[in-house]
Amino acid sequence: MAAGIRTKDLRKVYHSPPPLAAGSGGISFAAKRGKGKQPKAEIVALNGISLDIHPGEIFCLLGPNGAGKSTTVGILTTRVRPTAGQAWIGEHEVWKEQSAVKRLIGVVAQRPNLDFSLTAREILVFHGAYFGLGSHERNKRAASLLERFKLTDRADQIVRGFSGGMMQRLSIARAMMHDPQVLFLDEPSSGLDPQTRLLLWEIIREYNQSGKTVLLTTHNMEEADALCQRLAIVDHGQVIALGTPQELKASVPGGYLLRLRFGHNSPELLQRFQALAGVREVRPTENNGADLYADRGGPLVSEIANLALAANVELCDVHISEPSLENLFLHHTGRSLRE
Amino acid sequence: MNYKAFMAMLARDARVARRGIVAILFQTFLQPLMFVFIFGRVMVGSGYMPPSYKSLLLPGIMALCMVGTGIWAVAMPLIGEFQFTREIEDRLLAPMDISWVAIEKVVAGTIQALAAGIMVIPAAWLLLRPGVDLSLHRPLLFAVVALLVAIFSACGGLALGCSVEQTHIGLMFSLVVAPMIFFGCTYYPWSALKNFPIMQKAVLVNPLVYASEGLRATLVPQFPHLSMLAVFAGLIGFNALLLTVGLRQFHKKAVS
Repeated sequence: MAAGIRTKDLRKVYHSPPPLAAGSGGISFAAKRGKGKQPKAEIVALNGISLDIHPGEIFCLLGPNGAGKSTTVGILTTRVRPTAGQAWIGEHEVWKEQSAVKRLIGVVAQRPNLDFSLTAREILVFHGAYFGLGSHERNKRAASLLERFKLTDRADQIVRGFSGGMMQRLSIARAMMHDPQVLFLDEPSSGLDPQTRLLLWEIIREYNQSGKTVLLTTHNMEEADALCQRLAIVDHGQVIALGTPQELKASVPGGYLLRLRFGHNSPELLQRFQALAGVREVRPTENNGADLYADRGGPLVSEIANLALAANVELCDVHISEPSLENLFLHHTGRSLRE
Repeated sequence: MNYKAFMAMLARDARVARRGIVAILFQTFLQPLMFVFIFGRVMVGSGYMPPSYKSLLLPGIMALCMVGTGIWAVAMPLIGEFQFTREIEDRLLAPMDISWVAIEKVVAGTIQALAAGIMVIPAAWLLLRPGVDLSLHRPLLFAVVALLVAIFSACGGLALGCSVEQTHIGLMFSLVVAPMIFFGCTYYPWSALKNFPIMQKAVLVNPLVYASEGLRATLVPQFPHLSMLAVFAGLIGFNALLLTVGLRQFHKKAVS
């Protein structure tokens, strides 16, 4: 039976830079005074994350680097101790029932963490053995996964010489080796070429269709949009939006975003934009710019240009985005996911 | 404990050790056997050392070999596996308490140290003969001491491997391992330090002293040695301490 994932007010504060296992965290620095010592930096990586991921869904954590995605995955996979809050995989509380949780999960880390002393086949076979698979079964599964991930040619070579893409494929094959109920993939497609990325998406969908829960993190909106049934946008260790990609895109006022830049700042001009048909929201931005949320894109440009001309303000740049998760992120944070 | 996962990890370590067996053999035996040859054969043959030194040296070389092997076999892979590549992660995610991953390392190191100890005796004996006077009259006692020495080496490897960063490996050998060997009564018996009373007391904080003296007491009891009570107290005490410290450090490294 598929297992869901639940977290309640998860908080993680690092007192030193987050270790490699947790990926990058890093948001706010609060000074803490000791007796005559230098103030100790506190890095709040997670600031109260509550999620309820249904059994059998593909759920995505979308956010920029340092948002807290990897720390969330780290806690859910027993590799990071939460400062506060609780997390469950199925019925098992992660921190208290680690062995039971580890049986249910498969983990693909952000960076390939393969056993470099072994061959590709041995990595899979020993992984199967750690999970108690019998000799015949683990050899059979290893062979089939090597075939599936197009690694059969190099199966009996030490993995140290593998390319990044091959290592990533092998990491995913290893995570699937014991047929876990919940699969965690931390930025699985970073460093993959477009062809391998499509193969990966296909494999993730197929795995999910067999009734398994998949949680993946990404800062790639296309990936989140293409793969996930629901997603949470995280930033600064908090969930800022949660829903299906369609719901989230629809929640952006108007849907379309026009990013404008002018020769000089003119608040009156921005006020006039507010009155244009279809414009939902106008926000001033840095460098004499403005973000204009509207229910149409291109047709508004001529009206904007006319108003700017009439106000004697030079229009320097226009960028139109169709309804997207990127627009949603911008709307919530004022920053681009790519920044 | 998950017996299957634990045994699978031992099998994994055996596979890796078998793959690198030639390097391991050179690393384990070359230096101690060169020492045996020069000090036991050349120096004794040329009259600079008394003939009895051959017998005195052998247990010390055995201790040295075992401790070197155990520390190397546990510490070096651990230092590497906890680095940037986090190679150990797959084993940390196996369905058992992570302390067992550390204990498996200790068991694997103990087995390797015992194998090194058993193999170095005939090799050194061949290099030194004739005139080596070993008397294995209490084999069980010898086996228990050898096992405790092997466990000490592996626990030491765990504590060091989880406390030292990759950039400080050289420092670990020059600041910890080398002084431990030279002040560890490997090349001389503890009683030989009677003219250096402060040093004789100070070296008792070195666990290798109990290892060398314990093997001396069970292999060449004709030479003065520490009492068996002191040997057992020292080895068991240090094993417990190093295992506790090692496990604590392992947890710190494994979970953030």
